[in-house]
Parts: sequence; C-alpha cells; structure tokens
Amino acid sequence: MMAVNANSNANAKTNAGAGTDAYAIFRLENLQLYFNTRIGPVQAVDGVSFSLASGRTLALVGESGCGKSSLGRAILRLLPRNVHTYKGSIFLNGTDVMTYSNERFRRQVRWVRMALVPQAAMNALNPVVKVEDQVAEPLLVHQRVKNKAEAYSRAYEIFKVLGLPQDFLNRYAFELSGGMRQRAAIAMALVMHPELIVLDEPTSALDLLTQSNIMNVLKKVKWEFKSTFILITHDIATASELADDVAVMYAGQLVEKADARLFYDDPLHPYSRKLMASVPTLRKDKKLEFIPGQPPSLINPPKGCRFADRCELRHERCAAEPPMVTLPDGRQAKCWLVEQKAREQHA
Amino acid sequence: MPEKADALLTVENVHTWFELRRFGFLRVGFVRAVDGVSFSLKHGEAVAVVGESGCGKSTLAKTVLGLYRPTQGTVVFDGQRIDGETGNLKKYHSQVGYVQQDPYGALPPFMTIYRILDEPLRINGVRKRAEREKRIKEALSEVKLTPVEDFLYKYPHMLSGGQQQRVVLARAKILEPKLIVADEPVSMLDASVRVEILQLLQRLQRSYNLAVIYITHDLSTVRYFSERIFVMYGAKIIEEAPTATLLENPSHPYTQALLTAISDPDAKNADHIKEVPPGEPPSLLNPPPGCRFCPRCGQAIAGLCEKEMPPAFELAPGHRVSCWLYRQAAVKEKEEEKEKAG
Ligand SMILES: Nc1ncnc2c1ncn2[C@@H]1O[C@H](COP(=O)(O)OP(=O)(O)O)[C@@H](O)[C@H]1O
Ligand SMILES: Nc1ncnc2c1ncn2[C@@H]1O[C@H](COP(=O)(O)OP(=O)(O)O)[C@@H](O)[C@H]1O
Ligand SMILES: [Mg+2]
Ligand SMILES: [Mg+2]
Repeated sequence: MMAVNANSNANAKTNAGAGTDAYAIFRLENLQLYFNTRIGPVQAVDGVSFSLASGRTLALVGESGCGKSSLGRAILRLLPRNVHTYKGSIFLNGTDVMTYSNERFRRQVRWVRMALVPQAAMNALNPVVKVEDQVAEPLLVHQRVKNKAEAYSRAYEIFKVLGLPQDFLNRYAFELSGGMRQRAAIAMALVMHPELIVLDEPTSALDLLTQSNIMNVLKKVKWEFKSTFILITHDIATASELADDVAVMYAGQLVEKADARLFYDDPLHPYSRKLMASVPTLRKDKKLEFIPGQPPSLINPPKGCRFADRCELRHERCAAEPPMVTLPDGRQAKCWLVEQKAREQHA
Repeated sequence: MPEKADALLTVENVHTWFELRRFGFLRVGFVRAVDGVSFSLKHGEAVAVVGESGCGKSTLAKTVLGLYRPTQGTVVFDGQRIDGETGNLKKYHSQVGYVQQDPYGALPPFMTIYRILDEPLRINGVRKRAEREKRIKEALSEVKLTPVEDFLYKYPHMLSGGQQQRVVLARAKILEPKLIVADEPVSMLDASVRVEILQLLQRLQRSYNLAVIYITHDLSTVRYFSERIFVMYGAKIIEEAPTATLLENPSHPYTQALLTAISDPDAKNADHIKEVPPGEPPSLLNPPPGCRFCPRCGQAIAGLCEKEMPPAFELAPGHRVSCWLYRQAAVKEKEEEKEKAG
C-alpha cells in the first residue's frame, strides 16, 4: 500500500518531506499526550506520526482546540502537571529523545537542539530583564560561549537577521512594540541554532502589516540558516507564506500530510477540503463554505473516523478508524476514500 | 454628499478624544481615538470599516451607537441627532443592534438564552408573554439555533463560540433594528465558523433591509459581505470606495500595503518576500501634524506630507482618498469641471 521510492536521491530536497524518512531530521512516532480532567482524560494528541526533512518547514494547521499547541509542547516536553499519558517516539537526527531522562533532555535537547516560540511569546518575555540578557541567556546557561561579550555578539548577529535595531538590545520588553517583542522571542529560540524550531501561532496576535513583516523575517531566517521549522497556526492562508509541507490536525489526530504545493492546489481529506473552502480569497472569487456542526469531544472521541458525522462523503466504512494512506505522489491522508483511491491507482 | 437625502445614518466630522491624565490630575493630553470621521449610510446598506488594531474602529462604533459622546461633530440617525442629549437614546438603542468581538464577554453568564433574549423585549414594552416567547423562538431559529427548545434554557458557557455569537446576533436583531453595528464579530472564531456567522449576518441584512456596519481588521472577508469599504488609519478614514473599486484600484499607499500583506492560500507565497512598509501605526496621543501614514510611506512627498494633513480627493464617484499623491488629479478634474461650466 505504501508506495514510496526510497532511491529518490536526486530530488530528495523536494520530495523528502512527503513520504520517505531517508532525510528526515525529525520524526514523530505515535505520539500521545492526554490530560487529566475531572470528567476524564482529554486526548489532546492521539497517536501523531510524521517526519520532516532538514531545512523544510511543516505547517501544522487545524481549528482551535484540535491539539496543535499540545503537540508543540509534547515535542519540547513542556508539560503541565495534569498529564495523564505521555508516550511515543521523538526522533531527532536518528536518536529517540523520548528515552532521555528529564535532566538529560533539559541539558541536551530543549533550547539546544529543539526550541519553542510559544503562543503569545511576546507577552511572556521577562519585564525586568533587558532584552539582550534574555536572548544571550541560553548561550551562557548551556556554556556555548566563553564569556558575556561573546554571548552579546552572538545576540547581535541574530538581531540583525531579524531586523531588530541594535539599540533595542539594552531596552526592556515593555518598551518595545508587539512586533518587536515577538522578534525578540524568536531571537531567543534562534540564538542556539537548534536543529528544529517550533513556532506556535507566531503572528496571530499581531496586525496585518506586522504579521507580514514577521513572515518575511522568518523566510529570511529559513533561507539563510536553512532552519527546520514546525509552524503551528490556525490560519491556512498565512501558513502558505512559509510552508514546504502541510499537516492537518483534527480532534487530536493528523488527518493529512502533503507537500505544500500539492496541498494548496488540491487538499485530499474531506476535512481539509472543507477547511480550504472556508478561507476567503482576496484575488479570486470563490463561493465560501462552512463546516456544519462541531468537532467531537476529546474526552470521548468517536471510535471510527473522527470527522465522519460532519462529512458529506461519509459511508459505512467510516464507522471503523481509517488508516493513514500514502498515495504515489507522497500525499498522505487518513480517510477511507483516499484508501480506495490508493488501491485503484495501484491496480 | 448627494446620498444624504435618503441616508439612515450620517456621521459628520466626528472626533472622539479621551483625556489622558497622569496621577489622576496631570493632564498629559488627548488620545484622539476618532479624529475627524465623516460618512453616511443608506437604508439596508452593508458597509465595512477596515483597519488595524488601535486605529479607532471600536471607538467609532461606540460613538455611532451613542455610547460615547463625540468631542466634536454630529451623528444623525433617521433625522434625529443622537450625539448630544440623552433623551432619544433609549428609542435609538431599540433601533440599532450591537454585536461585539467577544461573544462570551457580551453575554451575561448567569442568564439563560431565553432571559437574554427576553430582556430587550420587556424593556422595550412588549407586554404579552406569549408574544415575547414567539419572537424569541423566531429569533433563535433565524440564527439557526435549532431545535429552539434545545437552546432556550441553556447558559452561554454551554455553547460553542460560534453558537454564542449567534445568540448575540439574535439579541441584536430581536427588536427589528434598522442598523446593526458588528465590531469584529468573527475575529475570535475559526475560519469555518466565521463564514457561517457572516453568511447569517448577510441573510438578516438582505431579508430585513438592515443596514450593517461591519468592522474588521480582515480585508479578505470584506469583499464577500459589504458593498462599500472605509479604510481607517490613525483615527481617520483614509480611503473609501465601493468594494470592487477598492480591491481593483487601491489608491492610498496604506490600502495598497494592506492588500499586499494579505495572503491568499497559495504555496507560491513561500517563494518570495513581500514588500510591506516597516514600522508601526502612530500613537494617537498628541499626534504630529501631517499625514499619519507618512513615517512609513515609501511615496511620501518631502516637505508636504509630514507637514500638512491631506484632505479627501475624489478619484471617481464614491471613491475618495486622503493622500497628497492625488492632489494633481483633483486639481485637473476641477479645472475640467470649470471649463465645462464656463
Ligand atoms: N493542561 C490542560 N489540561 C486539560 N486540558 C487541556 C490542557 N491543555 C489543553 N487542553 C485541551 O486539549 C485540547 C487541545 O488544546 P490545544 O493543544 O491548546 O489546541 P490548539 O492549540 O489546537 O488550539 C483542548 O480541548 C484543550 O481544552
Ligand atoms: N476609554 C478609553 N480611554 C482612553 N483611550 C482609549 C479608550 N478607548 C480606546 N482608547 C484608545 O484609542 C485608540 C483607538 O482604540 P480603539 O477604538 O479600541 O481601536 P480599534 O478598535 O481599532 O482597535 C487606542 O489608542 C486606544 O488605546
Ligand atoms: Mg494553540
Ligand atoms: Mg476594536
């Protein structure tokens, strides 16, 4: 069923994101994160697997509450107290960092090899510490520099790339605008040059022009440092500014993953198609659609396909959970109709 | 403005300033949240006010709703002034509906949906209980909260964000107003729920010939739901035009920047950098003279734009832009008019 050409050496750069793991810098296997609540465990991340090639950006999209931020935090092991289940594998350049102790993870992985720019990061900066000290801190803590002077000069370099004026370095966070604070938060994540950076809704709280400026900055970072990003967002349109691959999440699960060019032209999963149809376009006329109903509860999600009761294309098979199927072009979707399509294409 | 004759709402040269004091008594100055705004609205017309946060949209909305008293200027609704004396306000409030950004914040948490909708009817003198109940049920089914019985006795927190906003819509229209002011009604909702709410608003607007002022920072939804657009920047309307004209021929450099900044869902976006102006919107506390976009504008005319506030130039019927770049066009047109007249 899985048709993947493993010898695609030549066009690894363009194809690697979709199906093969050969060049994956990052790979999740069956990651689960459940939270305890009074009325039962919330299955916020329920068996998510995907891989991401070096230098690419994966946009993780989906409606609010589908588990995107939880997935981001699960990757960085930044967990709240009420964790019910936390398991699966997180491969970073071949090693499963899930097997590391908390102490080892903190010393060797978080901020060093993987970093997170959390949702509303710009409001999370420390108000009484100068911006330069906050950006330089990880370098000093993890002893990546000989002295403070070197840490500051590394911070300057990052600032330049992010378009932060140098004199902002010795200011306090509250003296900066929202856009500038968000850049400072991104600088903190970048300064160690981690192998993977997770950006959780990096522009959602910002104004349109500021949002655009920040997306420009992220593009430059991506091109200059060949950074690997996971961009978490509910905004499919803005995600296209940075995405090489797109993963769609619904009710705690991944329902589609595809190369961005294929995805934006023609999403596969019925949920993705509806989601795309609800996004207004400025330059093209289209009839906007919406998805009736609501996503299921994550405390007691349906046994079969979780989108089934809102899906116009539902049929008997949807009562059973569909597998994640890969088409020959590398697109993956968790839907029985796609499974049928895959079989037809093979026949 | 010729459209005034059949205008439902006329806002003229409205300024709404907030006095800012330090330590409670030292006057620092005024926040000019709305600083010279004029427009008018016909019966049944759907317009949009677009601008980034802090540009004065909500203050304008509240001034139009009579919740703030303008520092200067007039607001006339259906021939009645509503900006000064409070006498007409109660009647006025029964003729305008208000939909806010945060539906949960707008709904009293300890009231059932039934009571929330019952209250405006009672206050406005619908005496018969049966009549009120009938109208409550009609309103709920109109906003597609059906079967109605499932919702009547629920509390706001039991509903999703989209359903809450539909309750707010039902409340806004239950007194059969002539105007609805919707201030970022869908900004906190997901894309798919957004479309649902906006289509609902549009259906109400069309079937009751309601005028709607749709306030948003999201230009991409506007084309689907409004006939005219007002673009606000720094507490002023800097461009206004019929929707299609504005999208095809944006004329103010700020409007152009906004349109550039909006992404359509398209993978090709990832291949290039967008040309958008740097910087931030101006402070509205004692703003300097001159065009408020000038410090960020790539086309500013030195010696003019930073000194003098541009007036509105009419580029075509209904298409006005406050930008010095168009002064020649305006001058030339006037000369042609003179020639015609002479
Ligand atoms: N600490 C927590 N305890 C209990 N439930 C949580 C916690 N954090 C998130 N959730 C729930 O998990 C689900 C996914 O949330 P989240 O990951 O924030 O979604 P998204 O980022 O996609 O909006 C939601 O139902 C949310 O209410
Ligand atoms: N009650 C108030 N007192 C003082 N300043 C205010 C008040 N309301 C709004 N402002 C200021 O007026 C400006 C415009 O705000 P607002 O009308 O809320 O803009 P928008 O709705 O476009 O985001 C902002 O600078 C805001 O801080
Ligand atoms: Mg989130
Ligand atoms: Mg507002």
